[in-house]
Amino acid sequence: MTETLSQLRRIAQNPTLSFKQKEHALAVEAENMLPYVLLDAETRAALDARIICDMYEGNAPYKPRYVLPDYEVVLKNGSAHLELPKPETLDEAINTLQIAYHHVPSVTGMPVFIGHLDALLLPFCDGVSDNELYRKIKLFWRYIDRVLPDAFLHADIGPTDNRVARAILKADAELKQVAPNLTFLYDPEVSGDAILRLCTDNIIACSKPHIANHPVHREVFDEPGYAIVSCYNALPLRGGAASLARVNLKKVAEASSGEADFLDVQLPRYVNLNARLMRARVDYLFRQSGFFDGNFLVEEGWIDKDRFTAMFGIFAMAEAVNHLQDLAGRPGRYGHDAAANELGHRISARLAELVGREPMEHVWRGVAMLHAQAGLSSDAGTTPGVRIPYGSEPDPVSHVQALLPHHKHYLSGVSEILTLDETVRSNPEAVFQLAKGALQLGFREFTANVTGNDLVRVTGFMIRLSDVKLYNAAKGSRVNTTALGAEAAETVHILDRKPRVVGLELMAGSGV
Amino acid sequence: MSDGVAAVSKFLTWSVVDGPGNRFVLFLQGCNYRCVTCHNPHTIGVCSDCGACVAVCPSGALTKDGRKVVHDPGPCISCDSCLSACPTRANPMVRRMTVGDVLDLLRRNAPFLNGLTVSGGEATLHLDFLIDLFTAIKAAPDLAHLTLFIDSNGNLPAEGWQRVLPVTDGVMLDIKAFDPERHRRLTGADNDLSLASAKLLADAGKLYELRFLLIPGETDHPEEIAALSDLVHELGPDTRLRLNAFQHHGVRGPAATWAPMPRAGVEAAAGVLKASGLAEVVLPSVWLP
Ligand code: SF4
Ligand code: SF4
Repeated sequence: MTETLSQLRRIAQNPTLSFKQKEHALAVEAENMLPYVLLDAETRAALDARIICDMYEGNAPYKPRYVLPDYEVVLKNGSAHLELPKPETLDEAINTLQIAYHHVPSVTGMPVFIGHLDALLLPFCDGVSDNELYRKIKLFWRYIDRVLPDAFLHADIGPTDNRVARAILKADAELKQVAPNLTFLYDPEVSGDAILRLCTDNIIACSKPHIANHPVHREVFDEPGYAIVSCYNALPLRGGAASLARVNLKKVAEASSGEADFLDVQLPRYVNLNARLMRARVDYLFRQSGFFDGNFLVEEGWIDKDRFTAMFGIFAMAEAVNHLQDLAGRPGRYGHDAAANELGHRISARLAELVGREPMEHVWRGVAMLHAQAGLSSDAGTTPGVRIPYGSEPDPVSHVQALLPHHKHYLSGVSEILTLDETVRSNPEAVFQLAKGALQLGFREFTANVTGNDLVRVTGFMIRLSDVKLYNAAKGSRVNTTALGAEAAETVHILDRKPRVVGLELMAGSGV
Repeated sequence: MSDGVAAVSKFLTWSVVDGPGNRFVLFLQGCNYRCVTCHNPHTIGVCSDCGACVAVCPSGALTKDGRKVVHDPGPCISCDSCLSACPTRANPMVRRMTVGDVLDLLRRNAPFLNGLTVSGGEATLHLDFLIDLFTAIKAAPDLAHLTLFIDSNGNLPAEGWQRVLPVTDGVMLDIKAFDPERHRRLTGADNDLSLASAKLLADAGKLYELRFLLIPGETDHPEEIAALSDLVHELGPDTRLRLNAFQHHGVRGPAATWAPMPRAGVEAAAGVLKASGLAEVVLPSVWLP
């Protein structure tokens, strides 16, 4: 108890946290004073050893991890509970959304999804000039960043090329804000090159948007579809994810005597334990927390209790593969060596197979969805998801080629960050071609940072480098995720993601 | 020179500094200049299989097979010891590739590519290979959209250009210096051919970019800059001119002790060139600290 009290005191007295941030941190601590959801001993031991991990979601899950409301409902019908009439004008529609956001729970305390904004707002844009639209979007953007300053908060646009999407891209490049994070859903049949090119030009300006492969995602989900939220998770719209728990593949590899033991014994064992952990947490949410009972979001149809998946995360693929390579006496490293990469692809295929064999009650379609998890700021010595370790990534094309075969297995998302050096600024056509090539070959999502941008992606969320510097100088940051980012920069060397000055590569004359 | 085979010192599947868009870059071995400022001196020579590099290789990647020196990429740790040991500035890691090999590589990476740039060494030393390769690409329906560029020092007579230009979309041409004496001192060769190439390429509408390396105390002299301005005016003042800054990176021999070209000097030269009426003077997009 004294330990808990002093932790509460540390939060209450922390000079770098704002009032709101303290409130959230105190609530997390209070939840964790409750006993943990009921686990069997074996699962508990694996969790304590952090071979499996609950993302520190809290001891008593009383809200789903990610909630993806169908905002069309409130725009079409208004809300009886919130006493909102059906909006008629663009101003009213934006105002209705701004109110709606405050009633959407999530693990961060702020919504992780704020809507397919172009599809939602287009019906209200008749008679609104382009210039007016752009000015309204700018104000909307300012509101989001200042009132809901969380980089996990995510807006989607696309797949059509339309006025609202263009106004958003224009405002986003100009404002270079942390929030909202942004994804363009790209469909080669519908989107066209012009808006894709706008997106890749925006990436050069501000490392956003993230580009999702719409046809690939669409075929995974039924009506009313999906959205990309938070750190590039693809989840059912009008639902979301009840929970996320993940397996540390590095630790599983370390518990294995070799490749066969890993694939046939240890991986099945820890996939099963992680599934047990997920079941316990999901069960608590659905049967004990009362979240869905009498909830106006359910009653008015913003969310549907049956559309919440469970995300089965994995991370540290790179370390796992390299460890198994060491055990086999093979020098090839993950990301660079064809045999090592191929081992990684087999692990992903095996994971998909194993996860598909773990039934889950309450969960959308009865099984969890595999996810290459982008990491927590406390992950030292491991690489997020299936990524290639920081600082050792090959050139972007080889990078995409090395990871491509993983992508088909990660139905709820696989986030990869390509680091591009500053020379691309004078050659934006190259970024366009890279994105197009990656998406054409089946990359689920295309995400890039250009070095020299103040605004960069850390493990999956956006952060301003200048904020990190300020935070480290012990000044508080207005933005919630800066604290996470600063921790990530120090513990997992996130800012070491190697920029490649391509013009110098020839200096080492080594073979190809 | 080739029978459809060339000595390739390296290739890249991602390059944003060798022409428009993302380009596959093929570096061919061997050069007809001997630039003291060369950043990649190990691309100059042609291997004589003398074996000097085999002795210094720490990983066993290099062996002698009969008279030939053979490189095995498996154990190679890319330490580059062999490069510094080579007396002829060759590279034992060079691999011989056929036109078919290159087409395979292009196909594997085609969705990511806007084009191909062949560089060196001096690409035009492999003229037959270039012609065979470019002709094959233009004839392949799945590759014909790629633009084909050559990066050259221009030391090629008009007859040579006439053969390769019909299948070439653009050339990036390096002019090393204008004063003939200086050019000989810096490169070991005369510059008349390369100046004539600039005019020929501009007339043919195939000069994508003219490049000029600024070396302090050598090519940053006012008379060099003035001659550069005159040449670009003659080629057409819209010609895209790229200024590069001399760095020590990779340089071997006496030039390794020369001062690197400071950013201020490059910007001053660019100012003079722009003031003289040149439309497009491109500066390095990254300045090394
Ligand atoms: S690369 Fe150089 S040192 Fe090695 S065998 Fe060839 S010429 Fe001799
Ligand atoms: S770079 Fe050269 S010396 Fe070094 S391991 Fe490779 S072949 Fe041997």
